[in-house]
Amino acid sequence: MTEWLNDIIAYLAASPVLLALIRSVLIAVVLLIYVAYVILADRKIWAAVQLRRGPNVVGPWGLWQSFADFIKFAIKEPVIPDTANKGVFLFAPFIMATLSIAAWSVIPVSDGWVVGDINVGILYIFALSSLGVYGVIMGGWASNSKYPFLSALRSAAQMVSYEVSIGFVIITVLLCAGSLNMTEIVRAQDTQYGMAGWYWLRLFPMFVIFFVSALAETNRPPFDLVEAESELVAGFMIEYSATPYVLFMLAEYVAIVTMCALLTILFFGGWLPPFNISPFTLVPGVIWFILKVSFFFFFFAMVKAFVPRYRYDQLMRLGWKVFLPISLVMVVIVAAALQFGPALIAS
Amino acid sequence: MAAVFFYLFATIMIASACVVIFARNPVHSVLFLILAFCNGAGLFLLAGAEFLAMLLIVVYVGAVAVLFLFVVMMLDVDFAELKQGFAKYVPVGAAVGVVVLAELAMVTVGWQPSEASKSLLETPIAANVSNTAALGQVLYTKYVIFFQTSALVLLTAMIGAIVLTLHHKPNVKRQNIEEQNARNAKNVVELKKVPFRTGV
Repeated sequence: MTEWLNDIIAYLAASPVLLALIRSVLIAVVLLIYVAYVILADRKIWAAVQLRRGPNVVGPWGLWQSFADFIKFAIKEPVIPDTANKGVFLFAPFIMATLSIAAWSVIPVSDGWVVGDINVGILYIFALSSLGVYGVIMGGWASNSKYPFLSALRSAAQMVSYEVSIGFVIITVLLCAGSLNMTEIVRAQDTQYGMAGWYWLRLFPMFVIFFVSALAETNRPPFDLVEAESELVAGFMIEYSATPYVLFMLAEYVAIVTMCALLTILFFGGWLPPFNISPFTLVPGVIWFILKVSFFFFFFAMVKAFVPRYRYDQLMRLGWKVFLPISLVMVVIVAAALQFGPALIAS
Repeated sequence: MAAVFFYLFATIMIASACVVIFARNPVHSVLFLILAFCNGAGLFLLAGAEFLAMLLIVVYVGAVAVLFLFVVMMLDVDFAELKQGFAKYVPVGAAVGVVVLAELAMVTVGWQPSEASKSLLETPIAANVSNTAALGQVLYTKYVIFFQTSALVLLTAMIGAIVLTLHHKPNVKRQNIEEQNARNAKNVVELKKVPFRTGV
């Protein structure tokens, strides 16, 4: 009886598929719990800026608030509009949540702590984030209502525009690191100078452009024209309720955390300690990674609290007429510096 | 394992390609086209071309198909009406299809790889060169002139499309960002002392 059971366990432990499965489940669970607290932190930071208390009733300091919200949404009745295209309507939040969580399969949270260490990791995340626009378009169209459709059109234009500048920013980092593998990108920043050797200093303008484009790509304020409450009520989510709505919200916050993780990996040295001396190097890499991601999320929340919303034409102007030329020129400059710089220094 | 995934991707791809043609709703057609692209990317992955797979997703699914979807959603075309003349056009369409199929068959049967490419097949690129690097070598180092020329052709097409669709309408108020940014409280807000019960 126990013999064949042991055989199966030994076989499964040796199989790469099961190992990948366990790792995927682990990172998904940790990510979702982290996102629950990120949502709470967002509300708390926003409240603190406005001299309010924020959620403080459910659990000590409101710590269980996100879980209570989740349960509330999950047990509510989902209402599907009569004229909606039902299949597409229900598929949109599902695909959006799936895509946003799938990005975490290639993000290294510490040296070697990654589910799929693939060659084109950064391109994979870029591809997934470019697919994210479909959730919004499908949700907006399938609702068969005016506000969601307007919002979907806005969102498609906005996300496609800012993807262009994000693409060029990523290219400059790739040129410096010489690899598309996320782990290799972090290792390329591992110098004796600690945090001064990370790419945020060397590629400072690109770091700023990436941060602002990340805000636009995830539809965060000041670029939240997709769900501009004062114009479009709740944007593309207006017809959604209960679980489909919660999937959209989850996808939005997971995408924000993914962008913070990308900022950390591309510009802030991933799991590396800020200084290469004893007390800092003793802390495990995953702690540094979480601290850095939280640090960037704090900025996302602060921007939401004190920057007013952009007008739509200003948003498009910023993307196409300011960020695109700057990032294009920077790609040329970085490539030229890498090609001819060493020879110039030597001569 | 790879064979299972190959047949899975291939079946879904062909099935969704058929749905693209037969779907009543054009938006559903585009969505199934996207599914076909994604499965195509999966086939590229199985063939070891991970860079091409990601590029297929980024370019075709992330940009081209979004534009398709945009256009199809905005058009209010009654496709049932369009399909009414279907029987009339079947002979012509079928004839064109047969000719193209015959040409493809002739090319496929008659195609012989040249001697030079045979030797290339026998010596694949080193295992430590990723296919991103290999493609970069070919495009940006070996054939850089051709690559840049094709880029110029695309740029011309892009400028042409913009010129064709750009109309300067008179009597349209436009946003002047510089002017807007130059405004400040000192030169746009005027404080007036209004005497009681007389008004301005």
